[in-house]
Amino acid sequence: MSGVFSPTRAKIKERTLRTDKWWLQPLLTFGVLFSFIIYATFRAFENDNYFTEPLISPFYSPCLSEACVPGSTLFGWTPVSAQIFNFALSPALIILIFPLGFRMTCYYYRKAYYRAFWLSPPACAVAEPHETYSGETKAPLILQNAHRWFFYAGLVFNVFLTYDAIISFKSEDGQWGHMSVGSLVLLISSSLLWFYSLSCHTCRHTVGGRLKHFSKHPIRYKLWTWVSILNHKHQQFAWYSLAAVAFADIYVRQVASGAWTNFYFF
Amino acid sequence: MARKLNLRIWRGDSTSGALQDVQVDVNEGEVVLDVIHRVQATQMGDLAVRWNCKAGKCGSCSMEINGKPRLACMTQVAAYPEGETITVTPLRTFPVIKDLVTDVSFNYKKAMEIPAYAPPADLAPGEARMQQVDVERSQEFRKCIECFLCQNVCHVIRDHEENKKSFAGPRFFIRIAELDMHPLDILKNRKKTAQEEHGLGMCNITKCCTEVCPEHIRITDNAIIPMKERVVDVKYDPARWLGSKIRRREGI
Repeated sequence: MSGVFSPTRAKIKERTLRTDKWWLQPLLTFGVLFSFIIYATFRAFENDNYFTEPLISPFYSPCLSEACVPGSTLFGWTPVSAQIFNFALSPALIILIFPLGFRMTCYYYRKAYYRAFWLSPPACAVAEPHETYSGETKAPLILQNAHRWFFYAGLVFNVFLTYDAIISFKSEDGQWGHMSVGSLVLLISSSLLWFYSLSCHTCRHTVGGRLKHFSKHPIRYKLWTWVSILNHKHQQFAWYSLAAVAFADIYVRQVASGAWTNFYFF
Repeated sequence: MARKLNLRIWRGDSTSGALQDVQVDVNEGEVVLDVIHRVQATQMGDLAVRWNCKAGKCGSCSMEINGKPRLACMTQVAAYPEGETITVTPLRTFPVIKDLVTDVSFNYKKAMEIPAYAPPADLAPGEARMQQVDVERSQEFRKCIECFLCQNVCHVIRDHEENKKSFAGPRFFIRIAELDMHPLDILKNRKKTAQEEHGLGMCNITKCCTEVCPEHIRITDNAIIPMKERVVDVKYDPARWLGSKIRRREGI
């Protein structure tokens, strides 16, 4: 017997005596994240309906494969083969590893999925079901320490997605100065991704958190204070940006498939 | 106006124990510790409870109230719906001594394992000078009242007794962070020892320590995660490691 049932501890048979709905938050987290994983997996393999002038889904951008539909590539650059070992390779599979890696190693999402998926613990002061625990000291969880590399990659992707949002202010025949619902969707999605990235704990550390002497680095200290303000809302940005990216993909898919019409304001 | 409160108190010692139901008067504005004292005065004269300041500053009356780690002196009875039974137990991470009193000496042993503040050898007493911006970050950690609620709620040791030997716990991660961020502390290996000796890598950021802290110290965001990032700097980031070797920028 281990944990709260260890011999020297108070003899209480319940795993928790909490009377509130402690199970609700992990259940909701599980539901939302699991739904997103299922949807993202489906979309990553669908390899269709990800581009329609001037919109491209964030799941497929930048489109770097020879298999990308005409017009969806970044300046026509397609360095990746359309198939690997005779298997057709969806362009999304090449790039999703980076945003996925960024979110999987994110300090907020770690809390969320350790609680909701691994029940380690399911909630505070609720005994977890595992017999042993080594945390992030061994493989594979020691790879959580690679978060900063995914953060750097995420910044590059944000640049691409911002570029996508900017060119969405074109008409379907390539004329600048137009704005559609799709423009707004991509703009909101890419903006929230910037907020999510810039509020990241690794960003906070990089800009100034690693310093011992703030007073000797006033600019980095100022940057650190700004990122710290954003960092307070990192959890919210994590969810908002996830929802925005998913909706942006849904929107582009629906427009590209002809189910919805991309309404132009002007 | 007094009303009746149904209270369940865990009574026992390390060999046996059980929850016992009592009914007790409670007055408007009272906290759980007031009610426990009334039970002690009127119904259970030998009820053991540790307390001191009754102002949320000594950290003595840590216990679990309806399963949540809390300070009894800062928990209003009115926060619970009228008619609800309030269950009070000792901290469930530490060995119980009697009733609501636990043996928290684990924490004092861990405190002794943290290397003390190490100023430069040539810094004479009274000559230390620091800018306010450098002081502020670690001042947050100095608010700690050592109630050990964070240690109690941390599942690394709460759910795994065997981890106690290798895991210092959130209270001592804020101590390590405070020292590592201190501009005048010159001990170089705090980051590595935090990971290798004090078990920082076992923390999986579930933030329960932050949720229960009565001083609202942002333990995870401001101490544990920054320390994890500092550990990455010295242990898991080859670019940073190489940069530190070339430019010798320790302690910037």
